[in-house]
Amino acid sequence: MTYTQLAVGSVVAVVLIDLWVLRTRMVTRAVFWSSYAIIFFFQLVTNGMFTGFGVVKYDGDSIIGETSPAVGPPPFLGEGRIAYAPVEDLMFGFALILLTIALWVFWGRRGVQRTPVAGPPVWRRSPAEGNQV
Amino acid sequence: MGSVSFGQYSYVAILGFVLLGCLWLEVALRTRVLRRWRRLLLAIAPALVLFAIWDVYAIAQGHWWFDPDLILGIHLPGELPLDEVLFFIAIPVASILTLEAVRSVKSHWRVGDEPLDEVGQ
Repeated sequence: MTYTQLAVGSVVAVVLIDLWVLRTRMVTRAVFWSSYAIIFFFQLVTNGMFTGFGVVKYDGDSIIGETSPAVGPPPFLGEGRIAYAPVEDLMFGFALILLTIALWVFWGRRGVQRTPVAGPPVWRRSPAEGNQV
Repeated sequence: MGSVSFGQYSYVAILGFVLLGCLWLEVALRTRVLRRWRRLLLAIAPALVLFAIWDVYAIAQGHWWFDPDLILGIHLPGELPLDEVLFFIAIPVASILTLEAVRSVKSHWRVGDEPLDEVGQ
């Protein structure tokens, strides 16, 4: 199989796992998409560094775009690339991130270290502290 | 060009950038993810195994390869660079920290792991 096929397949598989195997339904939640929006920005930067600096290179037969050049960065945008990285990398990353977050929520729901819960941010008083005032 | 070169530490330097960008959330937003390390391990391990298998397959098929001058040079079975294993730890940690940071700010948003008596379903 090509990277393109595996990347699309992994996104579909992980969404199915989230909805019907783990039943965490992260893809239906605002908290997931808000988190992913933040992650997505850093994903572009990180993917861009890996591929722009030539740490990882790709075979043109397995991706939408061309083979990574032996010397110098691939196109920044276009030819199947976004911020130097193949679009397949964004799908690979989405699958990894969604699976990990769904598993985190799955184990919490099963009672594995549900607490101590997150928050509040340091600039906000916790409810307990607020009551003492 | 006086560009900075990280040589064989280039890959792990990028992972360092990722961790630098997110670990402060544990303190500033009290995400309490690292404190819940057992749950963190249980969330990371299955994805790490699945994606490492994919990685080994992709390397064997020649889908992608790594510049030998920019990685640590330590390989696991299947020609899997150690750097890649560290990637499958750093990125999930960053993702979960981000999720819990959003929850820290948006405490009324349902995540799906709340006790059943607090949620409608």
